[in-house]
Amino acid sequence: MKKTPLHDLHVSLNARMVDFGGWDMPINYGSQIDEHHIIRNDAGMFDVSHMTIVDMKGDNVKAFLQKLLANDVAKLKDKGKALYSCMLNEEGGVIDDLITYYINDTFYRTVVNASTREKDLAWITKQAEAFAVEVTERDDYAMIAVQGPNARAKAHIALGDDAAEKLDDMKPFFIRDYKNMSVARTGYTGEDGYEIMVPEKEASALWTKLLEAEVKPCGLGARDTLRLEAGMNLYGSDMDETISPLECGLNWTVAWEPAERDFIGRSAITKQKEDGVKRKLVGLVLEGKGVIRNHQKVMVNGNEIGEVTSGSFSPTLSQAIAFARVAKEIGDNCQIEMRGKRIDARVVKIPFVRNGKSCL
Amino acid sequence: MSNIPTELRYTKSHEWVRRNEDGTLTIGITDHAQGLLGDLVFVETPEAEDTFSAGDDCAVIESVKAASDVYCPVDGEVIEGNEVLADAPETINHDAYGDGWIFKLQPEDEGAFEELLDSDEYAEIVAEDSH
Repeated sequence: MKKTPLHDLHVSLNARMVDFGGWDMPINYGSQIDEHHIIRNDAGMFDVSHMTIVDMKGDNVKAFLQKLLANDVAKLKDKGKALYSCMLNEEGGVIDDLITYYINDTFYRTVVNASTREKDLAWITKQAEAFAVEVTERDDYAMIAVQGPNARAKAHIALGDDAAEKLDDMKPFFIRDYKNMSVARTGYTGEDGYEIMVPEKEASALWTKLLEAEVKPCGLGARDTLRLEAGMNLYGSDMDETISPLECGLNWTVAWEPAERDFIGRSAITKQKEDGVKRKLVGLVLEGKGVIRNHQKVMVNGNEIGEVTSGSFSPTLSQAIAFARVAKEIGDNCQIEMRGKRIDARVVKIPFVRNGKSCL
Repeated sequence: MSNIPTELRYTKSHEWVRRNEDGTLTIGITDHAQGLLGDLVFVETPEAEDTFSAGDDCAVIESVKAASDVYCPVDGEVIEGNEVLADAPETINHDAYGDGWIFKLQPEDEGAFEELLDSDEYAEIVAEDSH
């Protein structure tokens, strides 16, 4: 199994390690629920070094990304600004979701999922040929996500020197170099914070400094409940290559204008839109006891109308919540088939939690 | 390493069984099992007078991560379920062999307890699990 540069530190912190797409990663360091609350209320950190950083360089890199991505990098006017997008296949299915950072006119950086690394690199490299764009995986970087209302203040202490002065005015969804690191004000929790790309040889030292600044280590278990509460999709659960962005709640990430921008998958999803999208992603809150799980059936009046794509227990709301892909006619109520029983659930707007507070 | 008290008996499916002075049995899940499941958020205990055969699923425990059945270790009739778990399922995480018990059973055959795994045999199963 693959190990990140922080692996030994996780083991020394008594993390429970699991196989996460071929990576030996911490699922928790004791209590997943405690770790969830730490990020909602204070500051915690995740080792996300398994994620894949890809640098793209060349004179035609902007045109290349306008072809590759369903969202439009032309929206990025200011250097350092980030954009969330889907990368589609010709059929309009989602190959991956990713974040692209605009570094300068000949250099964009992208972060893609760990589980999709090989196919993403193959796809991006293939598409890049026609644009003479140089594609480089940056596996010389580790990445630490520091998240929570106190995350930035504590990260500034850990980074030391003039970090606060150099980073404090950076707006959300931007990236900036600091010393030999890249610091992005992004994340996957619905809280403020940084994702810090750090040379792998220096990752352990930074992690230790963050521990000293009282940033608590958190596992991928908490990361999943945090992103679900915050209404963020998980690739492989909420969408895959057979699902278009219109069927997984990511319509807002598709840039339809300008109409002449011919991104990969455009004609397929345009046709789908014209024919009418039959399924949509909704939020569900369980009214009864139990925990909603992936792939459970969603029922209305005894008829199956869809399936849970991400289900779990929300530590912030103390009840079970889920995303489900359902027939677009679904009303305000449904039932979920759980372990042989049908339990009532309410259909709600996503997200469930924002800035630590319930949206219900 | 996992905590495996020597005075208890065990099952392959990670239940522990304590024999009380009156011949009744108290049943829960092991420390190893709660560790694998992680934070528990919901427990459905059996009710008094429910009867089960050995191997029947008789309770449900759900963690953030997964749902898991609890299997009745021997034939018998339920005396009571642990009501504390309805509001505080995490009691199992904190005290698996004490306050985190799941139900009490009147066994049909008092000798059945002796046929369950002892702590050494269970420790071997846990050791195999970890590989």
